[in-house]
Amino acid sequence: MTLDPITLSVIEAGLAQICDEMDLAFSRAAFSPVIAEANDRSDGIYAAGDGALIAQGAGGLPVFVGAMQESTRILIDRIRRGLTLPPEPDDIYIVNDPYLGGTHLMDVRFAMPFWRGGRLWCWLSNTGHWPDIGGAVPGGFSASATAVEQEGLRLPPVKLFKRGRMDPEIYAIITSNIRVADQRIGDVKAQAAALRVGADRLNALLDRYGDGVVEAAIAELARRAEAQMRAHIRTIPEGTWRAEAIVDSDGVVNEPLVIRLSVTRQGDGLVFDFAGSSPPCQGPMNSVEATTLSSVYLAMRHIFPDVAISAGAFRPLKVTGHRGTFLDARYPRPVSGCAAEVSQRIAEAVFLALAPALPDRVTAAPAGTSGNFALGGEDPETGRGYVMYQLSGGGYGGWAGGDGLSNGCSTIGISKAPPVEIMESRFPVLYHRYALREGSGGAGRHRGGFGLDYEIELRRGSARASFVMDHGRVGPPGVLGGGAGAPNEVRVIRGGVVHVPPHLSKEQDIPLGPGDRVRVRTPGGGGHGDPLARDPALVAEEVRLGYYTPDEARALFGVVVGPAGLDAAATAAERAARGGGCQTSTGIASCAPTPNTRR
Amino acid sequence: MTATPSDRLQIAGIDVGGTFTDLILVDPVAGRVRLAKTPTTANQADGVLAALDAAGVDAAALGLIVHGTTTTTNAVLQRRLARTGLITTRGFRDVLELGRRTRPRPYGMTGSFRPVIPRDLRREVTVRMDAEGRVLVALDEDGLRAEIAALLAAGCESLVIHFLHSYANPAHERRAGEIARAMWPNGHVTLGHELLSEAREFERGVTAAVNAAVQPLLERYLARLTEALARRGYPGELLVMNGNGGMVSARMVAREAAKTVMSGPASGVMAAAHVGRRAGFADLLTYDMGGTSTDVALIRGAQPAVSSEIEVEYAMPIHLPMVDVRTVGAGGGSIARVDASGLLRVGPDSAGADPGPICYGRGGTEPTITDANLLLGRLNPAGLTAVEGEAPIAAVRAAFARLGAPLGLEPEDAAAAVLRVANTVMAGAVRMVSLSLGADPRDFVLFAFGGAGPLHATQLARELGIPRVLVPARPGLTNALGCVVADLRHDFVTSVNQPLDRLDIDALHALIARHAEEGRRLIAAESVALAGLRETHALDMQFQGQTHLLRVPLDDPRPDRDMLQRLFESAYAARFRVELTEIRPVLVNVASSVVGMRPDIDLSLLMPRASPAPPASRRVRFGRDWIDTPVFRRESLPGRIEGPAVVEQMDTTILIEPGDLAETDGDGNLLITLAAGGAGAEAGR
Repeated sequence: MTLDPITLSVIEAGLAQICDEMDLAFSRAAFSPVIAEANDRSDGIYAAGDGALIAQGAGGLPVFVGAMQESTRILIDRIRRGLTLPPEPDDIYIVNDPYLGGTHLMDVRFAMPFWRGGRLWCWLSNTGHWPDIGGAVPGGFSASATAVEQEGLRLPPVKLFKRGRMDPEIYAIITSNIRVADQRIGDVKAQAAALRVGADRLNALLDRYGDGVVEAAIAELARRAEAQMRAHIRTIPEGTWRAEAIVDSDGVVNEPLVIRLSVTRQGDGLVFDFAGSSPPCQGPMNSVEATTLSSVYLAMRHIFPDVAISAGAFRPLKVTGHRGTFLDARYPRPVSGCAAEVSQRIAEAVFLALAPALPDRVTAAPAGTSGNFALGGEDPETGRGYVMYQLSGGGYGGWAGGDGLSNGCSTIGISKAPPVEIMESRFPVLYHRYALREGSGGAGRHRGGFGLDYEIELRRGSARASFVMDHGRVGPPGVLGGGAGAPNEVRVIRGGVVHVPPHLSKEQDIPLGPGDRVRVRTPGGGGHGDPLARDPALVAEEVRLGYYTPDEARALFGVVVGPAGLDAAATAAERAARGGGCQTSTGIASCAPTPNTRR
Repeated sequence: MTATPSDRLQIAGIDVGGTFTDLILVDPVAGRVRLAKTPTTANQADGVLAALDAAGVDAAALGLIVHGTTTTTNAVLQRRLARTGLITTRGFRDVLELGRRTRPRPYGMTGSFRPVIPRDLRREVTVRMDAEGRVLVALDEDGLRAEIAALLAAGCESLVIHFLHSYANPAHERRAGEIARAMWPNGHVTLGHELLSEAREFERGVTAAVNAAVQPLLERYLARLTEALARRGYPGELLVMNGNGGMVSARMVAREAAKTVMSGPASGVMAAAHVGRRAGFADLLTYDMGGTSTDVALIRGAQPAVSSEIEVEYAMPIHLPMVDVRTVGAGGGSIARVDASGLLRVGPDSAGADPGPICYGRGGTEPTITDANLLLGRLNPAGLTAVEGEAPIAAVRAAFARLGAPLGLEPEDAAAAVLRVANTVMAGAVRMVSLSLGADPRDFVLFAFGGAGPLHATQLARELGIPRVLVPARPGLTNALGCVVADLRHDFVTSVNQPLDRLDIDALHALIARHAEEGRRLIAAESVALAGLRETHALDMQFQGQTHLLRVPLDDPRPDRDMLQRLFESAYAARFRVELTEIRPVLVNVASSVVGMRPDIDLSLLMPRASPAPPASRRVRFGRDWIDTPVFRRESLPGRIEGPAVVEQMDTTILIEPGDLAETDGDGNLLITLAAGGAGAEAGR
């Protein structure tokens, strides 16, 4: 069938609209704030034969961009092999197994077969992050788990809804194994309702244009997305581009984990080779294959945001060399850090590798950590237990068009931080500061954005603090001569004594009493371009605003700022004497060579 | 309430838009309407006076002037703000710069953000309240005085005092306000909790900061205008449109200046509600398509949807109750291109007003939606308001030839494709707005206005499955009409934050009564004749553990607990199609509005009756066919036309597609009933 270009554009818009409506239905009706407000969810349409991504909502969490295609493909494969019961109309499968195309256990996927004229036509699927899935710690982010069983309930694909009715027995098994189970019914209903909205709308689209036309359009759209990605790839110079990114530790063994990436342009395709990366680790900083693929895809979409989210767009991207490394962990390796942290290191490696190849498009490294700080305890005033999460953002990398954004959300997320006033009203804590972290932006012609500096006091009762963060060992690297942003810093002040987690960014169950404090300073973004090329007037203005001290301005940017402001003559002399390159100084924002070239 | 003589005097609505300043003058005694459209001037007061002159209005004979201004809108978007200082709780001065940890777009790690108040003018003072409103650290008054003095020395004209948890206990802010007002040389001191008594320090802080930063500008502007009008002998009160769709006297508006930032779009929606109600349509989707963008809003039961969570631009929230107008996708100037995948795209780039579409002949070279309409005969090449003389059709055709070549399309086919894609994308965006407000678009009438709205409305309605389109008499003057018909309005929101089973019902009744009383007091202070008062109350509720709110209208100001439970459950089920009887609800906010209703105005004056004249004709393309299509003047329409037809008037062009039926009513509206066949009928077009 040949399609006219108008019908093609119109059907593309129609498919995107269906996914957006599913996203909306899910978020609006979801119970959990993680889904309703933080949009930690995604909805999409997948091919009946192989699970290939047909369309996915633009407002879905980026880290799910490729993962759901994997989970659907594996589901189809299991049905073929008789490992999972075959679908009947109005069934909905539930699955969260990381090794079967997942992320971490908290990301619970639903998949619904969509029938048309008595034949399985496609799959509708969505993922929502549940606030708890059982396991050793509330919320599921254990920094020291050594097996997946400690992380929570693991579900292979099973039918939660059978011919439209929820199976109360399976639901009872689930709710008996998770915390705050009474509220989960709200998320389950919303997640299923979103798939049904998708089915209604897809039927309407097919009725209007005809099944054959839509099928032809889907095939053609995949070809077009592929062509568009290939056209973008051809703008990358031929060759191999290398980078490394470092995960501080796995939370159990205090050794860095290294992602070694080489990106090779072969014709109009890219090969992402992770060979030589660290082997699977004992702690939860392993990634599973689906998340590793997803991380590469989402990084590419950050670089080329105009390419449609579609299996076709992924086709020119070949991921290899991850077998046997911590980027392709198998059962029973713990994985709670994969979706939130390791995924961001993978994306960072992609940015660092391609920045020299695409200097006008790619930013320096962003803060790249979800900054997960969990505080669990009991409030003596109410007699009730609580778990508080403070997820935080950091500085983004400088880019060709300007400085990095300050306090942006994680590379793989799109959520808003909760207000301090809401946190203090729900939990027995007091914030002493919630401030811009001065000096943290990596130096560059365009500097990195600034991180966040917050300090929280426990007001009453006892509690335990846990941290799953990253970039504590080295700051987010700069590119093209730019310096690194400041690394993440965690300080726990107990009885006036300062405790620094041995793993810097990860530790579990640090006991706190009333008056004890936690201070976190999140990473700044890496700088873009030579810091000595930064406009001296801009540097002087940023000293006046307190973003940098005069000493930092001199050390990082070669700009001399006195009490009267910019000293142009001294600056010229300083920069001439340096003749390019720059010194490390206070250790706050180093402009030393970036780790990807150093190691 | 008794009518006063001013009822019978002339009323002028004057709205300043980006390009034109529009005036509608209604003279109920003489049974006459006067209209004017004059260029908007840098000092908007000059344009207002010019509009009065153009309409030949004697200011001394006016009973009321209602004014919509973009003074504050432009100041915010262009960051031409008054120098403003902020004093806040120690440790929190960067809240305005850190925002809520976001980025502008889900994909792409780039973007930038500039805080409303620069860092050196954000100062801290020792003081602390907790979330329950208990004082943890007393206000350091000497320290406060020193910071105020420092901000004065730094040349600040306006001041914000914004303390953590002031919504729970405003004592510190009030005391700081007393001290500040004693030292500050003018009245420009904004206290965070006075404007918005809700938790969320970033949103409350930005709202207060925007308010402070535009207050001096708005006050100066209105002082100039008031004085100029007084010199012309205008004896009455100058009223100003607010973003909540109500108006407020110029004497009072500056105190809550932030409310005027989104007033332009709000007044258009108010006009739509008024026109729709008179025409017998209480449920409308408004569709205002202009040159660069399209505004969409929802009206139910003749009441526009209101939101307290408007973002003026990225990370610029103004959390005050305002008419919920969403800006979507394309405008007439949106540019069509073929992307690297070979797919046709329309927008998001726009040719804007300068150079504008190719057909404006001002140097535009890329084909736009307006150009496509021209090439297909839908717009009159000799009648474009923005163009001197005849539009350059040959250049337009050549551009569509270039666009169509890689698609294998002839120029006219390419133009049809552009409209098809643009309408599909716009319809999708309108549908999302509607769904996100819990409404099925098919239950609404599409109310089309703005320069380009009526040209696309029937195509959009088809796409959305909407059966009827209402085009008002003066689509291009709708915002000015909103000024003419607007009511006086005051809104109140107070946080309660209590689970329903522990709620103090008597305290709730008292709070609702307090809202109503304060509203009546404020309206009484504005010397405007009214036909009556209307009070509405609503509750923001959620299930325990949720963060998003559902607004539940309250018909009875003294509800009991069971009634609240039932209202919420049924509203929740209706909205989300999910019943959650297992979980208990929480009452978060009480929101009230007190509206002083103005006497009804006879809109039939807007479209004086001329006897029907025979139409002209031109070839217009519908689907694949070129059809000789009658072209009517709006002033001389017959009562009933069957499509295809084009209707032209000074401020817009209306397209009626084959088979559609258009009828005029007593107010000069055109009601278009779409040919049966619904969305499917569009497929071949």
